[in-house]
Amino acid sequence: MRNKQPSLLTYNDVTPKEDFDNSRALISASRRQFMLQSSTVMLASGLAPSTLWAGNKIENIKKSMYSTKEKPTPYEYVTTYNNFYEFGTGKGDPVVNAHRLKTKPWSVTVEGEVGKPGVYDLEDILKRQQLEERIYRLRCVEAWSMVVPWIGFSLAELIKQMEPTSKAKYVEFTTLYDPEQMPGQNRRTLKWPYTEGLRMDEAMNPLTLMATGLYGEEMPNQNGAPLRLIVPWKYGFKSIKSIVKIRLTEHMPKTSWNEVASREYGFYANVNPQVPHPRWSQSRERIIGASLFTPKRDTEMFNGYGEQVASLYKGMSLRRFF
Amino acid sequence: MVRKRLSKFQLGILKTAVFSVCLIPFGFITWDSVNNLLGADPIQTLHFRTGDWTLRFLLITLSMSPLQRLLKSPLPIRFRRMLGLFTFFYASMHLLVWLVLDQSLSIDNMLEDVPESPYIILGLLAYSMLISLAATSTASMMRRLGGTWFTLHKLIYVIAIMGVVHFFWLTKLDYIEPILYAVVLACLLAFRWPMIKSMLKPKTNNV
Repeated sequence: MRNKQPSLLTYNDVTPKEDFDNSRALISASRRQFMLQSSTVMLASGLAPSTLWAGNKIENIKKSMYSTKEKPTPYEYVTTYNNFYEFGTGKGDPVVNAHRLKTKPWSVTVEGEVGKPGVYDLEDILKRQQLEERIYRLRCVEAWSMVVPWIGFSLAELIKQMEPTSKAKYVEFTTLYDPEQMPGQNRRTLKWPYTEGLRMDEAMNPLTLMATGLYGEEMPNQNGAPLRLIVPWKYGFKSIKSIVKIRLTEHMPKTSWNEVASREYGFYANVNPQVPHPRWSQSRERIIGASLFTPKRDTEMFNGYGEQVASLYKGMSLRRFF
Repeated sequence: MVRKRLSKFQLGILKTAVFSVCLIPFGFITWDSVNNLLGADPIQTLHFRTGDWTLRFLLITLSMSPLQRLLKSPLPIRFRRMLGLFTFFYASMHLLVWLVLDQSLSIDNMLEDVPESPYIILGLLAYSMLISLAATSTASMMRRLGGTWFTLHKLIYVIAIMGVVHFFWLTKLDYIEPILYAVVLACLLAFRWPMIKSMLKPKTNNV
């Protein structure tokens, strides 16, 4: 059956948020227990436990003022319900296939309208960044949402270090292309490699995050390790995963979903309950991890981040530039 | 080869067995719902599982008359009405999931969602047609409607096409599953090609 994942935990096993915030020791204990259970299941199905379990804790994380107060979606769902077509189009495919991805070493090519182009080792990039935890809601264009405690740094900081030229108007991101590691790329679903883009002012907005982890740990492969974008006021497909190239350009870059269905997926893709997808409504969203009878949630303009980003689109028709 | 006709008792046992088998998907869906085993996105999972079984039962129902010809046995036709009613049963579950869980029975939600979702409009249309077939499925309705009954029940072909289009319309990018349903349906419709051709011919040709 579609999207059927082994159910490793019940709701009783979910670590309450307070415990997560206050006591790392407690959580690591319950994690270890979860890990034991999941290892058994995973080994039985021929999987390396590391697929589900990135495991490596990230130290020195700052709390962010941009975090939502909402309760994060359980780790189990955040890491087993993924849209990452490089590993298959089913929501459960990435967690099964992403162990093929080698994230160490990892380098990122910086090019285009920058003063400091080059191929940078990810470790060197990270050395210069202050990592922080930001709890954001992720709203998918398929009308569901989850709340994820990401670990990452501000994209603006990275771009400043790249020294953009005056011609830099847009940022283009590219995902790794390697069908050996990403078997989903053997099928022509999207045009590979996946590319995404932002306008410069969107990229420089303090909310825009380069994420390297979640739930206090290194990013699991199926969530876009080792480096992914998070743009919380846009539909999830803008938040490109496993980035190998960042290019600053003068012209609006092509983006993968727009290329495959330009009528349905625009360049801006701002979360907007008033502008429906051509085939379905965007006015409400299903809450991932909620019980069966939980009503859907009203989708908020800009996914609730209007205060910080609405000014970016002043005078623009959001219906036309969807 | 001489085929022995089944006794009334044997047919009854067979029908009970088929009936029970048709309930198995319902059993699994109910079990998973009650025990919280529907995964990260339970409403969507229920949409897909009830929708899948509606289409599967529809295609199984449409297989009975080709099967009858293939096996040269009248037996498959004996199960056609039951299978058709199971199609209606799973379609009703599919609709209920939408009404109760997806829309929280709110008219306001529906008035907002339905005009924005063409595949839902198509699904609702197909379901309303299915109601008319289920309502006229009894022996007494068959007698009362006479020839009209056969014409009315040709709607099942239209409903089947609408069902598959409904699936295509809601799918995002990966069309493998709706294509599979479409291929099976195309084969089943091909069996009826002479009948469909004669139906599409304008009546004036007969004069």
